[in-house]
Amino acid sequence: MTIDGSWYLALAAVVFTIGAVGVLVRRNVLVMFMCIELMLNAANLTFVTFSRQLNDIGGQVAVFFVLVVAAAEVVVGLGIIVAIYRRRVGATADDPHELRG
Amino acid sequence: MGGLLATVSLPDLATFLVAAVILVGGALGVVLGRNPVHAALSLVATLLAVAVLFVEEDAQFLAAVQIIVYTGAIVVLFLFVIMLLGVDRRERALVEQFRGQRLVALGLGALVLAEVLLLGTGHWTTGAHATTGALSRPLSNVAELGRAIFTTYLLPFEITSALLVVAVVAAVVLARRFDAPAQDERPPEGDPGDRPGDESEVAGR
Repeated sequence: MTIDGSWYLALAAVVFTIGAVGVLVRRNVLVMFMCIELMLNAANLTFVTFSRQLNDIGGQVAVFFVLVVAAAEVVVGLGIIVAIYRRRVGATADDPHELRG
Repeated sequence: MGGLLATVSLPDLATFLVAAVILVGGALGVVLGRNPVHAALSLVATLLAVAVLFVEEDAQFLAAVQIIVYTGAIVVLFLFVIMLLGVDRRERALVEQFRGQRLVALGLGALVLAEVLLLGTGHWTTGAHATTGALSRPLSNVAELGRAIFTTYLLPFEITSALLVVAVVAAVVLARRFDAPAQDERPPEGDPGDRPGDESEVAGR
């Protein structure tokens, strides 16, 4: 018999929390982006776990779409980061005054 | 937990434990790593551990896609941007911008963890769920997933292609548009007197 699903859910909760704290604590934009990927992966693990628990392929389909959206998100997000760095070297997330017109 | 261990076969348990340790350790490495390159490599470890857990949960296709798309494409893109920007010098991570930011972040994290654990371990009655297809049919995982995507979820699948096209166009636009004005604006900013000459030079080209 395989591991009970609630252990997977607890593991995913821990990883999601680590990612969320990382987004709040870190200031490097790239590392914050990686933390968002962590949170997405924790959510994916939850989807697959419920897919197994409920014996329904729909959860895996959701993970499939999350993967596609994550790929598109990374492309656009990294493009934005490169554009920001091109204007101002060494930008961190602590420069909100850059947003003033 | 003793009852759980009694019913689980040893290979399953060992796989889960090793993958869980790598998963949590890699996640901590992403958050705590000073160097962004180290954070990206920790992210690779995390994604591989998630792929192992996918195999453990009978989602073989997603495990393969996870390795190919995430560690093969996304993390390589991260590393490419890190190398391109040269941001692997150390972040001034020890300086807090806002006082008490870390404490508040840790408190919020503990709150989120408690909430999600509570939600995950409780039993919720939400009625019968919509069934897309059973997992344990004679068909393989790939066949089952393909059938669901190309029948029930055909419209979202097609919209996904539009999303990918939009993302590609956005990447191209983001890479180009900031380049062209920057070349025109820089000489006037530095020395306004040079502007006519600059324009004639452009016309001469």
